[in-house]
Amino acid sequence: MTITIEYYLILSAFMFIVGVAGVLTRRNAIIVFMCIELMLNSANLTLVAFSSYLGSSVGQLFVFFVMTVAAAEAAVGLAIIIAIFRNKLTVNIDDINILKW
Amino acid sequence: MNLEIIFFFVFGFVAAVSSILMITRNNAVIAALYLILNFASLAGLYLTLNAQFIAVTQVIVYAGAIMVLFLFVIMLLRPENEKKFLEANPKIKIFAFVIAGFVFLQLIYIIFFSRPSAIIPKNLNESVEAGTIESIGYILFKDYVLPFEAAGFLLLAATIGALILAKKKVD
Repeated sequence: MTITIEYYLILSAFMFIVGVAGVLTRRNAIIVFMCIELMLNSANLTLVAFSSYLGSSVGQLFVFFVMTVAAAEAAVGLAIIIAIFRNKLTVNIDDINILKW
Repeated sequence: MNLEIIFFFVFGFVAAVSSILMITRNNAVIAALYLILNFASLAGLYLTLNAQFIAVTQVIVYAGAIMVLFLFVIMLLRPENEKKFLEANPKIKIFAFVIAGFVFLQLIYIIFFSRPSAIIPKNLNESVEAGTIESIGYILFKDYVLPFEAAGFLLLAATIGALILAKKKVD
């Protein structure tokens, strides 16, 4: 028995789906944000798996860029959450619906 | 049973279980701690894939910097506890899980139907070579200098944007 690339792909698909379910079911904005990070990480796992099995560094390079974007996104998103909390005193996304039609 | 198989199943099990525990906890701090556990086990998985540099960066950037930011914000705000996981709107939540399971089955079908392992068998030497910081740095500063500069500019813009968004209105 050897670990083929399918094992990593299935694990990453499972983590992505758990992240999707978390975004759809949770109502706390911070936890929704953490679920997005989980989905980004499952995509990273796919990239690293393919990069390792193909013997090419480019996939890992893109993981590096994804991490950069995730850090920027976390900083800006958490700042937005703080600004919303200062105005409405809640982070429940059911109460933050001023942009909803 | 060689070491790679053992490591894959241990780290994969920890990653899968901690991700499920993360989305079902009511307390945001505990959810963040499970997410850190998930990131750490992902770093272990990267090591079994011979991606040393990415594994170290995962621990430093994700489990270190980003999650500290999350924990700080959780402690700054006081998120009221949600209701128990399936109490509020159980129908919508069950619907969400059905959709998620359906997409998961689709993904599994695609993965087994395309059988990528038949096309790309693992070459250990190439894999180790691809994961070293030397080859990543070589390709980063040779072919991908422009995206590298763009990433730096993005980080600068994100820093300024976060400062402006989160500062108190003084006017």
